[in-house]
Amino acid sequence: MTATGSSEGRAGVEVRLEHLTRKYATTTALDRLTLTLAPGELVALLGPSGCGKTTALRLLAGLEEADSGRVIIAGKDVTNVPANRRNIGMVFQAYSLFPHMSARQNVEFGMQLQHVGPAERRERATEVLDLVGLAAHANKFAHQLSGGQQQRVALARALAIKPKVLLLDEPLSALDAKVRARLRDEIRRVQLEVGITTLFVTHDQEEALAIADRVGVMQSGHLEQLGPPTEIYSRPATPFVAEFVGLTNRIKGEVHGGTVDVRGTRIPLVDPDVDDGPATALVRPEAVTLASNGEMEDGPLVGTVIAIAFLGAMSRVTVDLGDTIVLAQMATSAASQTPAGTKVRLTLRPDPVLIQREQPAATAP
Amino acid sequence: MTAASSPALSSAARPLEGGRRPTLSWVGVVPFFLYVGVFLLLPTAIIVGGSLLTPSGSLSFANFEGINKPYMFKAFASSIAISAVSAVVGAFVGALLAYAVVTGKPDGILRRTVMSGAGVLAQFGGVTLTFAFIATLGTVGFVYVFLLQHGIDIYARGVWLYDQAGLTLIYLYFQIPLMVLVFAPALDGIRPQWREATDSLGGGTWHYWRYIAGPLLFPSFLGCTLLLFANAFSAYATASALLTQGGVILPLQIQFLLTSETGSSQPGYAKALALAMIVIVLVVMTLYTLLQRRTAHWLR
Ligand SMILES: Nc1ncnc2c1ncn2[C@@H]1O[C@H](COP(=O)(O)OP(=O)(O)OP(=O)(O)O)[C@@H](O)[C@H]1O
Ligand SMILES: [Mg+2]
Repeated sequence: MTATGSSEGRAGVEVRLEHLTRKYATTTALDRLTLTLAPGELVALLGPSGCGKTTALRLLAGLEEADSGRVIIAGKDVTNVPANRRNIGMVFQAYSLFPHMSARQNVEFGMQLQHVGPAERRERATEVLDLVGLAAHANKFAHQLSGGQQQRVALARALAIKPKVLLLDEPLSALDAKVRARLRDEIRRVQLEVGITTLFVTHDQEEALAIADRVGVMQSGHLEQLGPPTEIYSRPATPFVAEFVGLTNRIKGEVHGGTVDVRGTRIPLVDPDVDDGPATALVRPEAVTLASNGEMEDGPLVGTVIAIAFLGAMSRVTVDLGDTIVLAQMATSAASQTPAGTKVRLTLRPDPVLIQREQPAATAP
Repeated sequence: MTAASSPALSSAARPLEGGRRPTLSWVGVVPFFLYVGVFLLLPTAIIVGGSLLTPSGSLSFANFEGINKPYMFKAFASSIAISAVSAVVGAFVGALLAYAVVTGKPDGILRRTVMSGAGVLAQFGGVTLTFAFIATLGTVGFVYVFLLQHGIDIYARGVWLYDQAGLTLIYLYFQIPLMVLVFAPALDGIRPQWREATDSLGGGTWHYWRYIAGPLLFPSFLGCTLLLFANAFSAYATASALLTQGGVILPLQIQFLLTSETGSSQPGYAKALALAMIVIVLVVMTLYTLLQRRTAHWLR
């Protein structure tokens, strides 16, 4: 793509994290994490609280030291290079603008440290503030800006030094939902425009799926799956990913020769190479359809609609099957045919599913 | 007495006159204003009035002319010098101590001990403090004697404990803890992300202190130093207990003028001096407030 305007269309650089391990007293925050970001790519690290996302980002930034493993930026091993020589732009979760400086002074500060002349500094500051849509607020101080505006200035400040890599640690988590969605798209637009390799940390799956070229799902210090958003969503590699990304019905079934029998419906398995026996099938709400025509005899897939959540064009219908609750997602027009209280019959689409076996050792929370 | 009964009064009024509740809310602050009136405004008024009256009862500025006398000028100068030195030294040492405490674990044992210790020591003064110093560093004090036995004579060039130097040293004993107390909140307001942002922008420790932490903390530091100055400037009991022959600093001059044994007590003159002190403290405290207000929204 072409870099518009002034940013000189720098191609991003490759970033490699190799076998990064970081232990704190009793916890292993990162456990041999390996991750490669292609030049100009935006990778979102997604995972539950405490899974090591921030630690990974801080090791890449040089704000924290790894116990073992390497960080390679543009082919250069920077594992032992201090943070202030890595030339990495950072946007923090908490507001981090210098409160005694105006937006413009904040943006110019990094260039001042690099001994960029005043005229060039001014020009570049105007350029990046323009890029984030805040040129009109250049002279305001942090306490005169909204949370969203402060994070935009923080983004401009990070980009002003023409960093090789951009790191964002939950930059939107302190903002309310509407601003969050808008600023998310804004960050993506700016990132594409500048073409900078970016690591974006979040625990919000919708955010990760919406913004990233590839999403890395993390659990207890390692990558569970890394892939494009569509793949993460439709072909989760592990039960953890399936449950963490998107909604999933957990329905008990029985494995027979590479398929799972779920309440009378045979569904193929993603990984057919498993032993027969009882298992829990993970079924997406989109794979569940429902019908309510005519008389309905009781059956394993017949139940009552107990709630409908309106999500815009789509709706999510909650059906009580007696011994379990199943979510179905469909067009709102279809959902309106079956108001709460309607008796319905479910159909499970035979898309390959993941299964989860009862693990005697693990205690269910 | 009043303090206890008034809140009860205002809350009792509530159910009776639900609609006009706000009209009685001032009752709660009456004890406060009464207190301020009796112990602050009234004495100030007496001082202002008294300073403008001659012994014969006529109105004049004659009392203020006494301030011009050389020995009184010297008292002013040494009062200011002792206060300034103890404030500046106390501010630096106290700030360093506060920094060490604040950068440690937020609710670690060090922080809790130092903060509560400072709370006690900042109030420590008067006869007790003076006695503690005389018992340790006085000419028969055990620390002095101990050092002397080991060949170190801290009074080789004269006993300075009862001098300006001694008074400054004793003042530091409560100035440093006071600094820890008043400066720690400002240090707490410094966010770790500012340091990390400076790092990621290519700056080092020097840049951080020069451009970020320094400018952010300086107004507060200056304000706290002024507070320490006012604290020392108006201190009386400690010096009074230490210095028997009076005179070195202003509060003692005032005491001397009020209680002179030679029968030459000059209450009007004393009040003029007191007024001068009040003005100085007022100016200093106003500056302190302005400085604190300036940084209030930075270091939240
Ligand atoms: N300075 C530290 N001292 C001790 N343990 C730490 C420290 N920093 C992180 N940890 C631990 O390391 C693990 C990973 O922390 P990290 O901050 O990377 O998680 P995270 O994925 O960013 O979580 P969150 O979504 O809550 O921000 C956690 O168990 C955390 O308690
Ligand atoms: Mg985190």
